[in-house]
Amino acid sequence: MTSQTVSIAITGAGGAGVMTAGQMLLDAAAKAGLYGLMTRSSGPQIRGGEAAAFIRLSSEPVACPDDHFDVLFCFDWMNVDRFAAELPLRNDSVIIGDASAGEAPDVLKNSGARMVLVPLSDTAKEVEGGRPNMIGLGMLGEIAGLPLDALSAILTKVLKRKGQAALDASIAGVKRGMEVAGELEAEIGINLHLASKDSEATRWSLTGNEAAGMGAIRGGVRFCAAYPITPATEILEWLAPNLEKVGGTLVQAEDELASVNMIIGGSFGGVPSITATSGPGLALMTEALGLAVSAEIPIVVVDVMRGGPSTGIPTKSEQSDLNIALHGLHGDAPHIVTAPNSISDCLFTTQWTVHLAEALQTTAIVLSDQSLGQSRNVIDKPADLAFVAKREVAPAHVVDYKRYALTDSGVSPMAIPGTPGGEYVADGLETQENARPSSQAEDHYAQLDKRERKLTGFDYGQHWAEIEGDSDFAVITFGSVTAPVREAIKRLESEGQKVKLISMRLLAPALPDRFNEAMAGVNKALVVEQTHSKQFYRYLRSEFDLPKDTTVLAKPGPLPFRPNEIVTKIKELA
Amino acid sequence: MDQAVQHKPLTFKDYKSDYKPVWCPGCGDFSVLASVTKALAELQVARENCAVISGIGCSSRIPAYTSVYGFHGIHGRALAGATGLKVARPDLTVIATGGDGDGFSIGGNHFLHACRRNVDMTYIVMDNEVYGMTKGQASPTTASDWEGSKLTPHGTGVSPFNPLAVALSAGAGFVARGFAGDPNGSAKLITQAIQHKGFSFVQILSPCVTFRPEQTEWKKIIRKGEISETNALAEAMAFLATDDGFSTGVLYETQRPVYAPKQEEKYSVKDIEASFEL
Repeated sequence: MTSQTVSIAITGAGGAGVMTAGQMLLDAAAKAGLYGLMTRSSGPQIRGGEAAAFIRLSSEPVACPDDHFDVLFCFDWMNVDRFAAELPLRNDSVIIGDASAGEAPDVLKNSGARMVLVPLSDTAKEVEGGRPNMIGLGMLGEIAGLPLDALSAILTKVLKRKGQAALDASIAGVKRGMEVAGELEAEIGINLHLASKDSEATRWSLTGNEAAGMGAIRGGVRFCAAYPITPATEILEWLAPNLEKVGGTLVQAEDELASVNMIIGGSFGGVPSITATSGPGLALMTEALGLAVSAEIPIVVVDVMRGGPSTGIPTKSEQSDLNIALHGLHGDAPHIVTAPNSISDCLFTTQWTVHLAEALQTTAIVLSDQSLGQSRNVIDKPADLAFVAKREVAPAHVVDYKRYALTDSGVSPMAIPGTPGGEYVADGLETQENARPSSQAEDHYAQLDKRERKLTGFDYGQHWAEIEGDSDFAVITFGSVTAPVREAIKRLESEGQKVKLISMRLLAPALPDRFNEAMAGVNKALVVEQTHSKQFYRYLRSEFDLPKDTTVLAKPGPLPFRPNEIVTKIKELA
Repeated sequence: MDQAVQHKPLTFKDYKSDYKPVWCPGCGDFSVLASVTKALAELQVARENCAVISGIGCSSRIPAYTSVYGFHGIHGRALAGATGLKVARPDLTVIATGGDGDGFSIGGNHFLHACRRNVDMTYIVMDNEVYGMTKGQASPTTASDWEGSKLTPHGTGVSPFNPLAVALSAGAGFVARGFAGDPNGSAKLITQAIQHKGFSFVQILSPCVTFRPEQTEWKKIIRKGEISETNALAEAMAFLATDDGFSTGVLYETQRPVYAPKQEEKYSVKDIEASFEL
């Protein structure tokens, strides 16, 4: 039997190797011609806490978790109840546990799913240097129908630097795990073999945070100032070695006030610059974001959103920084806010945003989130994109250079230090065209108009939103929520119900004409977002005309939207 | 560019803009401006290859009064902006400037880490022991019993900050003090500071004639600091521990590894992309 998509959750105590086994399973599946997604969950402990890897494998590209898990594989029962809300199971799901791990917790026993106990640690003891996580990987590989050579190839790639002995022990463990699963096939009673898909395209395996970093480098970023914060740190850690490879630099800052001001300094020097943070860091940066708007210095800040306010739920996703990204700046400060709609789109959107910031000489915020940033996806290699940093600069020896000249487009050529004749002072003070400070009304009006004009008059092309399908019923959403919405719409389509998707990539500046165009013929709308206070709906209400018949499905983090929730809601409304 | 013009040495006047300072008549900062421009002339730094970066405050207005590139950013963040600029553009001569409130209060954390990080740039603090732009409040270097502010009418009751000792303990490799009443002496210190490889810190006592008129008396107590070995950390520490804050000169100088990440393009973007391939 072959299915379209299977979902496997792996849990265990910290150190059990849950994440390692999970990522190897995902990569081996990709090696075998499948697509997949792995999201992760962990307790608050830095080391030694419980961990869970949520894997979805599929014959077709997948971008979000499914409604439920087919298999829950527990290396032990340690605190597995903490993940209960994240582990929707059905009656035909199978829980696989270690026979020598003691009593399973009630929450699993009462889940309705079938429980199978297998000799996990005992089998590991049979293999020299064997570890339960490799036995488990072999068992899951067998259940998912993955060939041994796909698993060995990944083991070889990951473990080769640990030496031949470690590699041999792991391969032996995986092999033994596959055998045990084969022997217990009737007892386990589930096999989830997927049809692999031959594809010409090279497959990539990457997280949203890595994709954002790659997008930045593709867009021309060569300077980053970094202050670590969950769940954005991996962007910075990925950029550190990779910026170095292409002749760029990353400096670790003392705080977010420093990191954002450092990138303003770097970009003033003509080098496209970026930083990444999460809600609390973005809050610290907002004064400087206004400076970059005023002084017209291009900068990009990637905000990997997490549950807020304050420290909130640092390891879980939410879209609740939308308000601060749109409205957090002081004064009238037109800037750019974008949102990637999938893990792979973190690459495109970040690259595009670098291009926009550079072209428009302003602050740009990319609203990613934990569920995009820290999840790993197997995708077809993205196409090369034309968007690169292209700043309009002033040539040398300009007579009577005016840094903030009132041009038609609102963009004024920027003199980069090193350019003779362009010497000027970039300023947070309001200025005249020649960059001299001014508190005169006429200068303030003129510069406010200019800074607004350059953003509203720009041609953003088709990328401002993803618009799919045609119907008088539209779902309007943004960011990571797009993937479950898209999947819900696909399912409804297969049942004969058409729904239009409007997923906004460009949130600021708002483009009412483009929005109206997209909404032509729509008389009913559902707004889906991961916030508690309906921030996205309120934004849409303030910027655009929505149909009278508009409903909001707003749910805060930490639990992700699952496609069936959205299917149910749409059916209820249709 | 006209070759003849290019080869004509620049004078300190060439580093001044024609913009009239907002400072009060008699402000010490006029003299610091003269010292900065004299140092640049001494070193013949090409105007286009120099940037003066500041935050907010009276003295932070200085970039506009020079003819080099400048950045007048937000309160307390001059060192962060300057660090970003110098790390991204190591070819430039970068000078951060500002006052005692900007540098030691709101920007105090950046001061510590700039001293540690040792990026090759110069930080000039015009210290007048008062917030002038907001009309006379105590700053971190104000004496604890100064009762001249409406905000702290009984004095601050807080021990003043010793910027030079802090710079030393945070790892600065060049620590100097100058006086606005001696513009040539300060110009010399700034010249040495710019020449120093790594982070250099110059405090210039710069009287505020409006809110601290008593500071015009500083000229009577200022003196050349007598310290025998400027590269001995313990000696410099001991000197600053007992110094009254009016000894001038280079009080410490040593050479530490300069923070300057290499910028060498060894790989293409395509090479990096290949790392995602399965």
